[in-house]
Amino acid sequence: MPIHEKSLIRPEDLVEGSGEAHIIDGVDVSGHWSTFIKSRVVKDYNEDMEAEIAALPGGEFIHRCWQCGSCTNACTVNAINPDFNPRYWIYLIRTGMEEELLRDKDIIWQCVSCHKCSYTCPRDVLPEGVMKATAHWLELKGHTPKSHSTVFDEVFAEQVIKTGKIEEGRVLRRFLTRTGQPLLQGWVLTMALRMIRHFPIKLMIHMGLANFIHPRTSGWGRARAAIEEYVEEQEAEHRKALKLDQPAE
Amino acid sequence: MEQKYKKVAYYPGCALEGTGHSYSRSTKELGKALGLELEEVKNWNCCGAMEVKNVDPKLQTYLSSRVMSIAANEMGYDTVMAPCNGCYHNLKKAEYDLENDPASVEVVGKLSEKAGHQTYEAGQVETIHALDWIKDSLGEEGIRARVKNSLKDLKIANYYGCMYTRPRHIFPEKDKGEGSESTSKPHYMDDLLAAAGAENVDFPLKTACCGGAHTLSDSDTSTRLVMNLIRAAEASGAEVIATECPTCHSGLEMHQIRAEKQHGEKSNVKIIYFTQLLGLALGLSPRQVGIHENVSDSMGLLKEKGLA
Repeated sequence: MPIHEKSLIRPEDLVEGSGEAHIIDGVDVSGHWSTFIKSRVVKDYNEDMEAEIAALPGGEFIHRCWQCGSCTNACTVNAINPDFNPRYWIYLIRTGMEEELLRDKDIIWQCVSCHKCSYTCPRDVLPEGVMKATAHWLELKGHTPKSHSTVFDEVFAEQVIKTGKIEEGRVLRRFLTRTGQPLLQGWVLTMALRMIRHFPIKLMIHMGLANFIHPRTSGWGRARAAIEEYVEEQEAEHRKALKLDQPAE
Repeated sequence: MEQKYKKVAYYPGCALEGTGHSYSRSTKELGKALGLELEEVKNWNCCGAMEVKNVDPKLQTYLSSRVMSIAANEMGYDTVMAPCNGCYHNLKKAEYDLENDPASVEVVGKLSEKAGHQTYEAGQVETIHALDWIKDSLGEEGIRARVKNSLKDLKIANYYGCMYTRPRHIFPEKDKGEGSESTSKPHYMDDLLAAAGAENVDFPLKTACCGGAHTLSDSDTSTRLVMNLIRAAEASGAEVIATECPTCHSGLEMHQIRAEKQHGEKSNVKIIYFTQLLGLALGLSPRQVGIHENVSDSMGLLKEKGLA
């Protein structure tokens, strides 16, 4: 009997070939057969995972999910990478299967926030938010380093909090520097040159000056102080919800 | 009936002061040509774009609420027009949250008080997109009556992107039947450009994603998504992709170049803001609507079509 959906089985659990001596889990299974699927037992449930992710912004409504799969069906990223599967990850989080989730830890941050999932979800889970919360959870727990997306968000938010406004060139440079990428990659350079060729002088001067005289919202100081205090409080709450600052037992 | 949106508060946002400058320029020129007055929101701040919400969604709500508070409480407006999809989306989202989520109201109240300005209250202003602004003030008839230089023979794929229609609960005025905008099949841009004489192609990816949120942090994905859009537009017979969002617009331009440089994938379709196209139809010059500021060089095509 052929196994049609081999793609659904982990490659390392598939044993193919026959006629040779095979021992699986200490049992001698030598003989003539086509494919063996090694059995696998999940016993390391993380029962806190759902509550922790729900405590981070965006994850609040994960409990509403009834696994219809509309999110994955609508997903922009799933269309180009079938491993990107919001429905499945929500299932893993809700059942506490951390080890399974960690197998996909390096792609969860790739959600592009197109909101197709949130548009189509019949239960208002807001899966886009769950993706963001999960990506943050992975980073806060130390399972993944900060993704380029998170670094970009931080560079961007830092500038907004500091001045009230954004100057794109400055965000770009900071982001490339902080992620260790060369400032003048081929295509960035081409883009910059085309911009210089097409942009009016006045605008170029404006954008150039923005490197020295940052565009800012006047009288922003009080807003900045209030926001910084608020963000700090929120961060402390997230760490507490994830039990990050407690001494190890 | 009195004309709608004769004078509204204008929130350009950060992108329109930088890479999206031609969108701002053409929007303002269009307003002048149509007799619609815009007054820029005083001392505005960034709405948080697509990034601040990932640090804290309620902070993004506060940022957007401050802009609306200034328009309402300091300038006395009841309408804010934001041409940028990101700004438009965030102001709508803030409006929704402040109407429905007490926790957001509390955070916004606290931050506004500490920052020393009046707290925005849900319902004080209506946020509209540049598309609503023109469609609801003049309508297709109004445009048709003013066309001096028809976009005849120009084949256009209308691209709306993500933030203009999704998620739909933050746009309560859409999906209200005939005449209203649709979140599944938006048509305002199609309607306006058709009124200006253009031939809209049947473009299947009107609301697909360009990967704008990861334009720099996951460039390969963005390039793939953009090329998907560009290939579909070309397959539909489009010569131009009309845009209504500076992130989409510069993302399309940027990744069109990147695809060619990194993967040798050449494409020809031009990327032009819908406000620029409408401006040209109303008889404004390419320079007035900032065609020369676009990275995507469309002068050749516009000359060929008798629009420049």
